[in-house]
Parts: sequence; structure tokens; C-alpha cells
Amino acid sequence: MSYWDIEKECMSRNELELLQTRRLKEAVYRMYAFVQPYKEKMDEAGIKPDDINSLADLKLLPFTTKKDLRDNYPFNLFAVPMGDVIRIHSSSGTTGKPTVVGYTRKDIDIWSELMARALCSAGASKRSVIQNAYGYGLFTGGLGVHYGAEKLGASVIPSSGGNTKRQIMLMQDFGTTVLTCTPSYALFMYEEMLEMGVKPEELQLKSGIFGAEPWSENMRKEIERCLQIDAYAIYGLSEIIGPGVAIECASKDGLHIAEDHFIVEVIDPITEEILSEGEQGELVISAVTKEALPMIRYRTGDLTVLNKETCACGRTHIRMQKVLGRSDDMVIIRGVNVFPSMVESVLLQIPGVEPHYLLVVDRQGTLDILEVQVEVSELVFSDEVRKLEELGAHIRRELESALGVAVKVRLVEPKFLERSEGKAKRVIDKRKL
Amino acid sequence: MAKQISVFLENKAGRLSHVTRVLGEADINIRALSIADTSDFGILRIIVSDPEKAYKILKEAGFTVSETEVIAVQVPDSPGGLADVLEQMSEASLNIEYLYAFLGTTEKDALVIFKVEDFTKARNAFIEKGIKFLDETELYKL
Repeated sequence: MSYWDIEKECMSRNELELLQTRRLKEAVYRMYAFVQPYKEKMDEAGIKPDDINSLADLKLLPFTTKKDLRDNYPFNLFAVPMGDVIRIHSSSGTTGKPTVVGYTRKDIDIWSELMARALCSAGASKRSVIQNAYGYGLFTGGLGVHYGAEKLGASVIPSSGGNTKRQIMLMQDFGTTVLTCTPSYALFMYEEMLEMGVKPEELQLKSGIFGAEPWSENMRKEIERCLQIDAYAIYGLSEIIGPGVAIECASKDGLHIAEDHFIVEVIDPITEEILSEGEQGELVISAVTKEALPMIRYRTGDLTVLNKETCACGRTHIRMQKVLGRSDDMVIIRGVNVFPSMVESVLLQIPGVEPHYLLVVDRQGTLDILEVQVEVSELVFSDEVRKLEELGAHIRRELESALGVAVKVRLVEPKFLERSEGKAKRVIDKRKL
Repeated sequence: MAKQISVFLENKAGRLSHVTRVLGEADINIRALSIADTSDFGILRIIVSDPEKAYKILKEAGFTVSETEVIAVQVPDSPGGLADVLEQMSEASLNIEYLYAFLGTTEKDALVIFKVEDFTKARNAFIEKGIKFLDETELYKL
């Protein structure tokens, strides 16, 4: 078992909570003094920085949401003058204005440190050859992993996303041992390898660190089996810092959140009530050491469960379950919550069916219709209509029993589904609610 | 025995024209064709001049393709010709999955493509009952 920073990663819960309390108080003072929009929120709630004296007082503070970032586009939530900002990242902004985040030099140092910690936790070392296929640019994935991998001392191949044939060539020629990208892109690469006649067992690849989109336990098994590697989940979001907020260890039983920098809560996304450990809800994070963009009680929209038990790996930091879905990815069909990851799980259990699918939700009259489009791979294709109809009916029965809601299954041509080489789009909601 | 190429098609405009264009551009001639369709998808079944090449080209173009064994039976080109063949097949209790007509003919006979449940059984029955069928090389040349 190797640690990047054993003192921090394995510190006692007591010490950790003292550190968190100190850092929280300090962050709230800074926010109140330098972030006008948040000061206004605190004033409205009748809270002064002096009211915050323990972690239990966190619940007194107002939430921050993606809407706050949009409303204060681009830099109004920054707590430092622009002269101190050395990097700006931004989300893709598919629903209106993008969200913008900034970093001071110290922020970048902390982020690199956390990413090095994460890579180390997932088995990487200075001897690793890390192929970083997260997109470089405004998206935090690429540069975030890159800086951490350099900090770790590994050899970094900044391949960025796309150009899959070249990715595979680099993997072969440079002896890549660790792959970092989205899980759906990892499977896409595998398909491309098959088409190119490249055998995964002939590569040096040992592990993969995957994140930026929800993926199921079955998908992990699928990736591990296909690429013959260990697959680790990483978690992060630009609003908090980027990748490296949480990472799995060798136990692969939840992701350790870097609690020396982030204070986490889980809430009921509707009532906003704080849930106890073990209950599923929306993850709320306070990034208390960030200088440029400190965050208090940021609502991530990610659904998870927290677990405080000390891990077999020795790390004391709280673990979150691999994200079960985004609350904005969640589809509610006739009162039933449906997550794409649940559909994926079901599909992976049907022999020959690949986890390439798309949920299309529509409303006919007053009735919501969930259509699951599933690609027909060569393994399940038949020249007989009857057999394909049986396949469709089988998938439908399995989905209905797992989801508890009526489903229409449509078989579609492979790769026809918009499979971007980054985040796979899983849901189209045509309802006008 | 002959090889049929089967292609999965979504039921939407332009898919069939796309397949046929891909084949045309690869200089592959379609010799027989049938489409089985449902409200959501269709299965295109074709006999072509070069099945191996067609399979490869279509796969490269991103289609889901498979090769299926079928039999090209020579049916007397006269009233009742097909009925005679089908009756004999029925006597031999051969289950037919589907059948469709071939575009060309031999000198005297029409050709019908049969997909049967059990090939060996069908083959033996045809030989025993004197039903003629074409082998692959003859068929692709027609």
C-alpha cells in the first residue's frame, strides 16, 4: 500500500475535524469579506462569520448552486483580484451561460497535490506511463490530471480526447501503463482496438482511472474484462476544483474524499434536509482552502451515499459511493426515478448486448413514455425478425423488472447513437414540463 | 448452398438507399433481395456477386451485418412448379424459415432462395427427391 501524503490521508478523525473547523471558519470570513453575492446571501439568512464555530454550524450557511455561478458570470464570485488568478476553466454551458472557475497559484498547487494523491491511490507511481485522454482545454479533466501526473513524477502522454486510432498507437508504442479518460471512451477505445486487430493483453496497460460521467459497477467489470486492467473511479467537478476531489483506493469500495480540503454533506435534494451517513442523497461540498473561488455548501447535483468507516487501505477520509447519477440526468417517469446507470446495469447482464444506449423520454397526451434505444451488435443480430423481436422483448422485460416502469425498447443501428468521444449522452427528454 | 448477406436497418428514410449505394460504389451487384420489416427496424437479405467483399464493405460502413447460409433451389418455370417443390419439402418435413425469388434464372428454371431450419437434412432430401439446387460459384456468376 502506498500513500502520497500519509500524514494527511490517514490522520485521525479528531485531528481532521479540528483542521476542517479551522479552515471552514477562515473560508467563511474570506467569503464574507470578499465575495459580495455570498455576503448578501448570509445577510439575508441573518448569519455572521462569528456564528460559525464548529462543523455542526455548517448547516446554518446558505447553499451555493450552479445558478449562482451563472448569475455571477464570469468572475463575480472570485475572492481575489484578477491579478492573483493564474488559470481560468469553464464548463461547456449546455444549458445557458457556462460556469467559470478561477485558480491562484496556490490553488493550482493544491489541485496538483490532490491529483498526485489520487493517482497514487489508484496504483500509479513515478514509474508509470500515464496516457491522459481527458480533453485538454477549458474542461478541467485534461490539465487537472496532467499537473497531478507530473507532480507524481510519472511520464505523461498528453494525448487529450479523440483521434482514437492514434491513442491506441501511442499506447502500443510508448508502453502506456495507466489510462485516464471517461469510462465510455475506454470502451470505445476497446472497440477500436478490436477493429484494428490490437489485442489488449499485448499492451502494457495495467490500470485505468475513469470519471467525469456516471458508470455502474457492471461497466467497471466490463472495462476490466475487455481491457484486462484494474479500473478505478475518480471524482471531481470544476466548481469545486476539478478531478481529484475523491478517488478509489485498492479496495474499490467507495471513493475517499480529500477531506482536508473539502467538507461534505449529503442532503435530500427536494427538502434540503441533511441526511445521515448511509442515506442516499445529493452531495454538497464546501471547498474551504480554495483562494480564488472558495465554495460554501455547493450543491453538486450528484447522488451518492457516504461511509465514514475506516477503510481497509488505512485511509481515514470519508468514502462516497461511485456517483449513482446526476440529479439532472435523473428521469422521473410516472413518479419513478430512472437513472441511466440502472439501464446500463441491466443491458450488461444480457449476453451479447453492449452498453450503448439512449433514453428518450416523451409525453403522449398525459402519459410519459420511456423509450430505451439499444444498439444491435453483431453478436445479437439475426437474419430472422422473430429472433430480434424476442431480443427486444427480453430487454424490455428485464428493464421493466429492474426499473419498475413500462419501457419501450427500440433496436437501433450501432454507433448511430451519438457517441461523442467525451461524455456519452444518455438521455433526451422531449417532454415540455 | 449459398451465402446470403443480412443487414440490420433502422426504419428510417435513407437507410436502404445508403446500403445499396455503398454496395454499388464497391462494384457489387445485387442478385436477389428481400426485406423483412417491423414498425421499428428491417432486415435486408441479399444475394450478391461477391459476398465476402460485401460483408467487409458494409461492416466498414458501420452496418450490423451477418452471413447466413441459404439454398438456391431450381424451381421449374411453369405453373405449379413452386407448389411441387414445396410439397416435396413438406413431405420431407423440412421447416422453412423464409424464402424469396432470385432475379435471374437458369435456362429452364426459376430460382428461389430458401432459408431452412436444418441444412444437412434439406440437402439430403433435395438430392433424394431430385430437387436441383445451385452451388455457390454457379449462383454468383448468374
